[in-house]
Amino acid sequence: MDDAVHVQDLLVDRGGHPVLRGISFTVPRGSVTGLLGPSGCGKTTLIRAVVGVQVVRAGSVRVLGEPAGSRALRRSVRYMTQAPSIYGDLSVAENARYFARLIGLGPAEAAHAVEQVGLADAADQLVGTLSGGQRTRTSLACALVGRPELLVLDEPTVGLDPVLREELWTTFHRMAADGVTLLVSSHVMDEAGRCDQLLLMREGALLADATPTQIRQRAGSDDLEQAFLRLIRTQGLAA
Amino acid sequence: MNASILFATTGRILCQLTRDHRTVALVLAVPALLLTLLYYMFESTPVVFDRIAIVMLGVLPFIVMFLITSIAMLRERTSGTLERLLTTPLGKLDLLAGYGIAFGLAAAAQAGVACAVAYWLFDLETAGSIWLVVLVAVVNAVLGVALGLLCSAFARTEFQAVQFMPVVALPQVFLCGLLVPREQMAGWLETVSDFLPLTYAVSALREVGGNSGTTSQMWADLAVVGGVAVAALVLAAGTLRRRTA
Repeated sequence: MDDAVHVQDLLVDRGGHPVLRGISFTVPRGSVTGLLGPSGCGKTTLIRAVVGVQVVRAGSVRVLGEPAGSRALRRSVRYMTQAPSIYGDLSVAENARYFARLIGLGPAEAAHAVEQVGLADAADQLVGTLSGGQRTRTSLACALVGRPELLVLDEPTVGLDPVLREELWTTFHRMAADGVTLLVSSHVMDEAGRCDQLLLMREGALLADATPTQIRQRAGSDDLEQAFLRLIRTQGLAA
Repeated sequence: MNASILFATTGRILCQLTRDHRTVALVLAVPALLLTLLYYMFESTPVVFDRIAIVMLGVLPFIVMFLITSIAMLRERTSGTLERLLTTPLGKLDLLAGYGIAFGLAAAAQAGVACAVAYWLFDLETAGSIWLVVLVAVVNAVLGVALGLLCSAFARTEFQAVQFMPVVALPQVFLCGLLVPREQMAGWLETVSDFLPLTYAVSALREVGGNSGTTSQMWADLAVVGGVAVAALVLAAGTLRRRTA
């Protein structure tokens, strides 16, 4: 089995309303797959289904050959939630060390992860005293510890400055080259071009599952944002 | 359960607790201050003070730890850290036992301060050893932790969580035999109190107060309190869901 993630006919309801309306796709191993779409289109719900914390109505979600959320995956799949889920009364380093120990890793791996997100200088600061962007990075560091097989990141670059975003995307690609699979959600279109594969979502359905180049060609626009808008219009006409 | 994860989790919770200096000061000082109040209330009748104080040494840690734990666990739920933790190899009982041990240690420190004040400042006299009083107080605090963890599952907000304290703690305090001897209560109230764990904690403390050594009654009472604490922890584990809607 070569796919890191295999989703088939996924249906999810939240609060009595359908949020995901029959989604199917695969994520190849060792790639950076971008999950894009407007706010409220179901990105976070889809991500929660992939890490196995979402109750689903129907369909199958398999991750690294196992059902999503199964015990065997808890060491190899890392999840970064959209809101930074870290401890505000611990320092950056203490947060990273705790999440490292949960997967059997030591302080050296934790320190390396903190370095990767550019927080080495703030490692001893309490998370509660940090800026929003620094908290996001701390949360990201806790997911980066060690060498995950699959890294699922829900909007990891929100509120970060361009230099840091650039650095993080370089890190993501370096990890992918090393065999790590990344599923990254974003609503910023200029990040879409940096992904190997794109999943474009709208209102709980997949609009497109293609490479950025294919999407540009299909929509006849070099600008991904324009291409996305065109795809929405043509799909709207087809419906 | 995994010893390394349990150890890391206990350490993390203790580290968080000790970061908050004001909470540490409150945890250590409040029972001692309340005992001071009782001492001066019953200054002219030291026998009454002795009777109430020994019960309070068990009841106060129960109430304090119940409150602290239910808020701490609610924070884990609302901050998203619980959801994240449950995607890691951490087991539900690792987390709950981590809270039990961490706050149990805090309770031991609290009981130590309260007993020191009661015995050496206010001349509390008990037939049994001070260490047995501390032991019962700590087991009782662990019961408070376990019930707090369980009740936090039924609270969505911190406002709701603090309301569970009077609901869970006060009826047990009313019916444990401190205000009215249990034999003098209406039969159905006495039966209700048979099902409340604090009744057994208070009975154990009275055994320590009235007997110079350990008694089998004391151990039996303590076993009931400990058993209810373990049962509450297991039930609380059942309320932690890896998958949510």
